[in-house]
Amino acid sequence: MPADSPAPARPLPVPNADTAPFWEGCARGELRLQRCTACGAAQLPPRAVCAACHTGSLTWEVVSGRGRIASHTRVHRPPSTAFKAEAPYVVALVALEEGPRIMLHLRGAAAAAPRIGDAVRVRFDPPSGPHGIALPYAVATEDSA
Amino acid sequence: MSRRAVITGAADTAVGELPGSSCMSLHAEAASLALADAGLRPADLDGVLCAYSFTEPHLMLASVFCEYFGIRPAFAAAVQAGGATGCLMVTQAAALVEAGLCRHVLVVAGDNRLSGLSRDRAVAALAEVGHPQFERPFGVTIPALYALVAQAYMHEFGATPEHLAAMAVACRTHAARNPKAQMRVPITVQDVLSSRFIAEPLRLLDCCLISDGGAALVVSAAEAARDAAKRPVAVLGTGQKTTHEHLVAAPSLTEFGCRDSAAQAFGRAGVSPADIHVAEIYDSFTVTLLVELESIGFFEKGEAGPAALAGALDLGGRLPCNTHGGLMSYAHSGAAGGLFHVVEAVRQLRGEAGPRQVPGAELGFVHGDGGILSAHCSLVLGRL
Repeated sequence: MPADSPAPARPLPVPNADTAPFWEGCARGELRLQRCTACGAAQLPPRAVCAACHTGSLTWEVVSGRGRIASHTRVHRPPSTAFKAEAPYVVALVALEEGPRIMLHLRGAAAAAPRIGDAVRVRFDPPSGPHGIALPYAVATEDSA
Repeated sequence: MSRRAVITGAADTAVGELPGSSCMSLHAEAASLALADAGLRPADLDGVLCAYSFTEPHLMLASVFCEYFGIRPAFAAAVQAGGATGCLMVTQAAALVEAGLCRHVLVVAGDNRLSGLSRDRAVAALAEVGHPQFERPFGVTIPALYALVAQAYMHEFGATPEHLAAMAVACRTHAARNPKAQMRVPITVQDVLSSRFIAEPLRLLDCCLISDGGAALVVSAAEAARDAAKRPVAVLGTGQKTTHEHLVAAPSLTEFGCRDSAAQAFGRAGVSPADIHVAEIYDSFTVTLLVELESIGFFEKGEAGPAALAGALDLGGRLPCNTHGGLMSYAHSGAAGGLFHVVEAVRQLRGEAGPRQVPGAELGFVHGDGGILSAHCSLVLGRL
């Protein structure tokens, strides 16, 4: 790639029929999960079926956005030049209070020295790109940032 | 005598950086070498299994290979399960000959992933394995996803960066005895711990190589094995388990399908982990090998690291492992990477491994995993 080529755009999500309600929620500052009407399981990523019982229909609900760090890594070698300016950044898997895990970046005090089990809260970037995607991120529960 | 499938031919090309190679030329070279090893002609093949390619991707790679190589088998198909593909192709080939559908099945893979792609393009292409909406937007690479496993596993079972490093050192120690290996200069735990971070806690020397290379095996029906030139190696047991594809949806960050996959293979072979003389286990990262050694039952949780530091994975140790050098020090060229483990197991069981031979090796175990410890396939192989 020539040196003067612009960095490629970040691979923002392109919502589909399964995921559009999730991303619409993010754009409104709401974290939404699917819940099965038969078995009560909450799930993420969204699907057209309940991956726990395979029978129930699914409803969307707005959830707390609270969870705990299940794992984390500080990424020094990004996948592409699109992420180079941000590197190193901290990617975490957060176990939400409602059960499912979500992947996102940690920011603020939560990213300084993350520990498994730390309590965090999901927040959202401003919507961007052609689909108005607001990516979630997480901060320490007591962090007002 | 059972109707168990046997491996009659096994070979790989040179590995490393191979200017002038192409994906299909590596396939053809590996196939020719495996056929010569088996003492068979191309026309003896009635089945072909291929995998996938980054440099020459195609919807029908097995047909592309058959056309390129100039063969017209009855059965040809491609198998795609990431790092589990090598073991899975052998499993599928064994099933084809045991079902009586084929006599001699060629299993072949290769890619010029080092010379045919820039390192940046290889990293970017691999990162596309991440979930397009729920992982990739957060800038995760394959090493970052395995780093998330490593962090969780270290937290739960007390593994340390030194324990991870011991896996890389063990593979390099074996590779130093293998003139074909891509990386042969011995390394220490301190070398691993002072290499640069890729995704914490994984450092450069915790990661596999990117290589050009190809590998192939011929899997034959038991009654057809008399056609072959060398003493065959039996496929005594196979096992598989799939639990997820994306780490965000994995049932656990510390317990994976390798346990069930291996248990199925051991059960079908009628042996236990303690019976195995030599193991060739997928080592895309140090953490991959450590988790698999403990989940499969070769070591208790928390034991593999300290054992490896004490030499348990070396020749003369409790479980000589990745005797060719593995993906971290021998080579990793896509689906051929997993086949290198199978080829090495065959060489060990035939007693052909020269200075890296495990004396008296009669039972071998091979394991591959694809995705982020998502899809698993295990083989128990035995000298006949």
